[in-house]
Amino acid sequence: MKKHKGVSYAKWGYIFILPFFLTYAIFSLIPLVDTIRNSFYTYFYSGLKVVGPTWAGLGNYKELLSADLPKYAWNTFVMWILGFVPQICVALLLAAWFTDARFKIRGKQFFKVVIYLPNLIMASAFAMLFFALFSNTGPVNNILVSTGVVGEAIRFMESTLGARSLVALMNFLMWFGNSTIMLMAAIMGINPSVFEAAELDGCTQSQKFFKITLPQIRPLLTYTLITSLIGGLQMFDVPQILTNGQGAPDRTTMTLIMFLNKHLQAKNYGMAGALSVYLFVISAVLCFFVFKMNTDSDPDGSKAAAKRAKRAKKGGLA
Amino acid sequence: MKHKSGKVRSIIAHAVLIFLSFLCLFFFYILIINATRSHAQLQLGFSALPGSSLLTNLHNVLNDPAIPIVKGIINSLIVSGCCAAIVTYFSALTAYGIYAYDFKLKKLAFTFIMAILVMPTQVTALGFLRLITNMHMDDSLLPLILPSIASPATFYFMYSYMQSSLPKDLVEAARIDGSGEYGTFNRIVIPIMKPAIAVQAIFTFVGSWNNYFIPALVITSKNKQTLPIMIATLRGADYMNFDMGKIYMMITIAIVPIIIIYLCLSKFIVEGVALGGVKE
Repeated sequence: MKKHKGVSYAKWGYIFILPFFLTYAIFSLIPLVDTIRNSFYTYFYSGLKVVGPTWAGLGNYKELLSADLPKYAWNTFVMWILGFVPQICVALLLAAWFTDARFKIRGKQFFKVVIYLPNLIMASAFAMLFFALFSNTGPVNNILVSTGVVGEAIRFMESTLGARSLVALMNFLMWFGNSTIMLMAAIMGINPSVFEAAELDGCTQSQKFFKITLPQIRPLLTYTLITSLIGGLQMFDVPQILTNGQGAPDRTTMTLIMFLNKHLQAKNYGMAGALSVYLFVISAVLCFFVFKMNTDSDPDGSKAAAKRAKRAKKGGLA
Repeated sequence: MKHKSGKVRSIIAHAVLIFLSFLCLFFFYILIINATRSHAQLQLGFSALPGSSLLTNLHNVLNDPAIPIVKGIINSLIVSGCCAAIVTYFSALTAYGIYAYDFKLKKLAFTFIMAILVMPTQVTALGFLRLITNMHMDDSLLPLILPSIASPATFYFMYSYMQSSLPKDLVEAARIDGSGEYGTFNRIVIPIMKPAIAVQAIFTFVGSWNNYFIPALVITSKNKQTLPIMIATLRGADYMNFDMGKIYMMITIAIVPIIIIYLCLSKFIVEGVALGGVKE
């Protein structure tokens, strides 16, 4: 075997990764620094007049906290969880059905294709469609009234619960298929002999699900939860289009990114900066968990525990 | 007894699946039906049968000077197509650089990309907008395309794929045959990566086609707008005076191409999602 002694290929590694890091530095790191810098200034446009930039310290941060930020964070969280809980429950159920070898489902491939479809739909067009369909004189109300389910049209978009539920419904529809397919892959990764052994021992369907499947796919469930949280934090297209950026009724569907968008459109650099930094900090914490889970070969800590036990034993002997 | 409970379970499962499928398809069914009906027909109430105004609506949409949708389709195609090509090529290149070579900062580079894997781009939007304004790239399609050279998630997908499908001996063999490093990447690595590239190209294309937040902030002039921005303008103040047939037709134009692509490649796409979900 010929060895290339003295020939170093290291420089090619640097050359190949250079475009990525150069791009990231220009379009993400410089903007990040600029965003943080702006967050400490009072700097906005009032009509055509520019106010600032004047140093404000933590003024913008304090103002955000004492004003609407907590409300919008709460809105975002409520709409996220209203969609996420049914999403993960339905996905678990479907994934368990789809992966059960003894359970014949007709048209499995068809169902898989259909439930994933909404994930690819343009969120803004989907929201526009829902706005048209669920409006007071729209087709959904037409059908409900003409079939006698309700006496008069439901004003979906005028109640807090109605508007939030519509957003959650759209999020659910867009994401449950994706979660199902992810969870299926995780369940299929479980060693089948575990299930076989359980069946020999007379394990019931629900025992199999709660005692084997759920604990085995816990790492992926946690991963799904965190990535979905990050997705929820970015919730924008659907409520923005559905409410025309107003977060109606009474700003109860205004999300954090809609709020950011508002400041960006109004060129309020100081406020947009401080809000971005808040979002950045939350995102960084979530990123850290994702990082841990992706790079850790021991996600549930069992290996580390075994190692510690071993070391303790050794120490005891010595 | 056991057999019977299995049957009940099967019926429940099929019922749930049919209900969910109905939920997924119903809205698109109404959309397509309504796109074939005229404004007057739509005002009369819902009908499950298609109308006869499909071509009229299409004609009205394509010839509306206020919303140049043909231009929008072209802009969206340019941005999504370029993004798909750039993301896959540069992600594969970056992944190859870290996978195949040993260098001092290799571990640091990998750790850094993994740390920013799911960082939302919105958090730097303010600085990004100010930057492209200073670079005189505002109101152009370029800032929607260029940043995609750095796509951490696609990088990770490519890197994982290389670990399972690209033997390092192959690189060594190419070297012995006198192939240059960059040539090896283009002529040997890229063909091997084709399945991963195809999956990621589709996802990037769709993601970029649907992207709304950043484009809406970057683009200001009408003839540079992408489709999602045009859809958003429909929701503007004069919604009530709009021809509803036209609105449904525009939504159809924005959604249907993706549905068609998906139906043609569905098996491939669904497998690709599962591939991305399996973690080591």
